[in-house]
Amino acid sequence: MSFSKKLCGVMGAVGLSLLAAAPALAAPIKAPDATAMAAMVNKGDVAWMLVSAALVLMMSVPGLALFYGGLVRTKNMLSILMQVFMIVSVAGLVWCCWGYSIAFTSGGENHFFGGLSKAFLMGVDGTTYGATFSNNVYLPEFVFVVFQMTFAMITPALIVGAFAERVKFSSLIVFVVLWLTFIYFPMAHMVWYWAGPDFLVDAPTDYGLLWGWGALDFAGGTVVHINAGIAGLVGAIMIGKRVGFPKEPMPPHSLTMTMIGASLLWVGWFGFNAGSNLEANAVTGVAFINTMVATCAAAVSWSLVEQVHHGKASLLGAVTGAVAGLVAITPAAGFAAPMTSIALGFIVSPICYIFVAFVKGKVGYDDSLDVFGVHCIGGIVGAIGTGIVAAPSLGGQGVFDYTVFPAAFHPEAYSIAGQVWIQIKAVVFTLLFSGIGSAILYFIIDKTMGLRPSKEAEMEGLDLSSHGERAYNY
Amino acid sequence: MKLVMAIIKPFKLDDVREALSSLGIAGMTVSEVKGFGRQKGQTEIYRGAEYSTNMVPKIKIEVVCDDDLAPRVVEAAQAAANSGAIGDGKIFVLDVEQAVRIRTGETGETAL
Repeated sequence: MSFSKKLCGVMGAVGLSLLAAAPALAAPIKAPDATAMAAMVNKGDVAWMLVSAALVLMMSVPGLALFYGGLVRTKNMLSILMQVFMIVSVAGLVWCCWGYSIAFTSGGENHFFGGLSKAFLMGVDGTTYGATFSNNVYLPEFVFVVFQMTFAMITPALIVGAFAERVKFSSLIVFVVLWLTFIYFPMAHMVWYWAGPDFLVDAPTDYGLLWGWGALDFAGGTVVHINAGIAGLVGAIMIGKRVGFPKEPMPPHSLTMTMIGASLLWVGWFGFNAGSNLEANAVTGVAFINTMVATCAAAVSWSLVEQVHHGKASLLGAVTGAVAGLVAITPAAGFAAPMTSIALGFIVSPICYIFVAFVKGKVGYDDSLDVFGVHCIGGIVGAIGTGIVAAPSLGGQGVFDYTVFPAAFHPEAYSIAGQVWIQIKAVVFTLLFSGIGSAILYFIIDKTMGLRPSKEAEMEGLDLSSHGERAYNY
Repeated sequence: MKLVMAIIKPFKLDDVREALSSLGIAGMTVSEVKGFGRQKGQTEIYRGAEYSTNMVPKIKIEVVCDDDLAPRVVEAAQAAANSGAIGDGKIFVLDVEQAVRIRTGETGETAL
């Protein structure tokens, strides 16, 4: 008890210092103009956010590409690398053309998606700024645009693992453009868009739907992982099982690649989670250490489960556990404390293991690389767990009250039950929105372009049949 | 001439090569192969999905020698590759009709 109180004190102090960290002006300025914002930019924040953006790119290429690539058969290795690489590239273009605008401009009284006022990055230049979570702290808008761009790149890339080894490349790319437009950008808007700490007071309803509910999602448990995970499951079911599944053995062709990929994901995830604080301050440090230890715990706990269940701890199990831990801590990264992060990491692996090792086989869907079992389930555990670990009574950061200026911190006002309920609502909403929306998109593309290559092409391997090359020539 | 074909455990390759070299065997061809006999494969588990691989990796050695040497080659290979466990492998002896050294065009036993 005294331990948790002490943690609470520490975190409370972090919260206060966060507010006090506003520039040394006499009083915080409400609704500053661009000239005032220019004086509220911190070079440390800018440097950290640019590094974070590069780290998140590294998660996709080569991290995720190698993690997934190692898990498929040799004949499909390049198809995975190419799918991830091309999705990242296409998503970057879509983000600039209309993604950023839909995700991060005000929708007025519409809380589902933003407008097109910043389409093609109109009006965004070196003299515009984006808000952070602190009063009177701003980022150059381009820094915010490129950081968020990397999230739009990796999220659709996550989906491809669910229907790996059996998707038509051109159809996949069209799907990704549509999915980003109709699912991802609105989700990002609903969860992450708000007027900002210096503006919300005067525009108290200018936020996305789930943000308005009070749903906590620090770095993308709902937007990224549940969203991609359920889209993957729906895709795996609608595209159908791989030829030969589950009778023919389809073991991973290179767990060495998978380990390298998972490790790059782990390193890159510091940009993803700690970067999501948008500043380089104490909370960034909290998110950083939480990301580190939750991953350790989840890797250990998956290995323990395997040791008990099979008598052998596998490398694939350890790295899968690590990814599950990273997924689970994502929504909680800046809200939890290290010891509650460890608890979250320990819990997530056995739950994901059940879905990967038992539920998948029982239900009989071919989620080839366990996008649903690891990302969606891990994301759900993390999203709901966030409601618990964010509690100041457990050492969590709690939530700031941005309806007053400057923002206030009321640890005593935090209700675990209330927050968990909001988190569950956010999870269910994401599952339904993304699940149904993705199903519609898959259906349309299947009826027009076809989602699946011919059986012969699939059996030959997508490397040769889709891309005209092989991964290994020796 | 005889072709002696030995399927052995991979870690026995060096022992067999040394044993045959000491008999004066001047060359051999080695391939990595897979197969099964009485020794069954192993079970591999990837994220809970169990695959029983019934093919076991082996090394195949091919040596061509004159008829007189063949029994001693077989004997030496058998002794060197023997670990006493299931899966030690098999040795086959086949007749060889002709041999040609590509560089010189020599034929028969002089080509070996």
